[in-house]
Amino acid sequence: MSNKNRLRRTLMFLNAQRANLVRDGYIYRPDSVIFDLEDAVALSEKDSARVALYHVLQYVDYHGVERLVRINGTDTPFWQEDIRAIVAGGCDGIRIPKCETAADVEKVDEAVTKAEQEFGQPAGSTLLFAGIESPLGVHNALELATSSERMTGISIGAGDFKGSMHAHYREDGAELYGARYALVMAARIAGVQCYDTVYTCVKDFEGLKKETQLIYDMGFDGKSVIYPRQVPVIHSVFTPTAKEIEKAEAIVTQLGSQASEGIGVFVIGGDMVDVAMLEGAKRTLMLAKAAGVYKGAVQL
Amino acid sequence: MKLNHAAVSGTEDSGDVFVEIAPGTGTLEVDLTSKVIRQYGRSIRQAVGETLDRLHVTDAHVVVKDKGAVDHTIRARVATAVFRAADQKDNLPWGDL
Repeated sequence: MSNKNRLRRTLMFLNAQRANLVRDGYIYRPDSVIFDLEDAVALSEKDSARVALYHVLQYVDYHGVERLVRINGTDTPFWQEDIRAIVAGGCDGIRIPKCETAADVEKVDEAVTKAEQEFGQPAGSTLLFAGIESPLGVHNALELATSSERMTGISIGAGDFKGSMHAHYREDGAELYGARYALVMAARIAGVQCYDTVYTCVKDFEGLKKETQLIYDMGFDGKSVIYPRQVPVIHSVFTPTAKEIEKAEAIVTQLGSQASEGIGVFVIGGDMVDVAMLEGAKRTLMLAKAAGVYKGAVQL
Repeated sequence: MKLNHAAVSGTEDSGDVFVEIAPGTGTLEVDLTSKVIRQYGRSIRQAVGETLDRLHVTDAHVVVKDKGAVDHTIRARVATAVFRAADQKDNLPWGDL
């Protein structure tokens, strides 16, 4: 089952052209997989990958891992048939690449609505995610994040973005600060999620951990993944410490009882706490539960 | 579905299947090779046959070289070969597959 607010710490790309990859991608336990019909698939195999993916969506049990699909861009001849195939197959959501304006999302939304009707899927059940990969897309991040009722999350794709910006890689990520802040701020305003770009040095797990810590601290909800062994590294960063869990639990439980007594501000462990911290505390407990390190009684 | 010419799909990579289809001579013929033909020959033939049936292909010669593909991969490769042979690129009958 899919829903807009589910946990998406890791969104792992799988090349839809590779039969042996897509049949069991769930075993790596990302929160979501993104079957890729776009960049990873050779032009001559677009049709074949689409048919194979339809069958995977129809017949393979992904054991609760969310099944998203990156379709081909709306500037190609492939995207409309992509949508018919994957909506018929019953995917959970669609990542639209290279989004720049609300019109890019609106035409996909329209095609998805039509496909849901054609193949008897529940209306509105297919979620949308906007891939932002250009300066104009970053500039219009809020417009994209609010462009559809289906919109669930926005993501930054750094490769194309850096190229367009004439920017160069820096270990501290300075070349992406502006774009990352623009996206996470737009996401928070719009009430959708926000995901970071892939980490392309697939064997540098220390570098991945540093970058994940950076985006976690900035407020991102998750990170795109291109290599299965990156999944546990990212999940470890998104796993709260015992101290953070203890404090979050105290905030959630005590805010309820204090509020009923008319107290809005109080102290936990020497720190002042108020209602503004409730949402963050709940999120900490949700992350802890997902990581299996919290089995407390607080209901979220 | 009417086949206009020969077409292929899939690969001979491990875990995949290579399918070649051509217009037939009035009947449906399937030539299957597989290392696991003794254990899975019947189920592979069933997947091929059901897919052709759903796409209303009754006159074709099909060569299937299985390299350990699972059921849904076999169905996908056969369907792709049919669509290619029929020159059907859009408005595919997804609901019938």
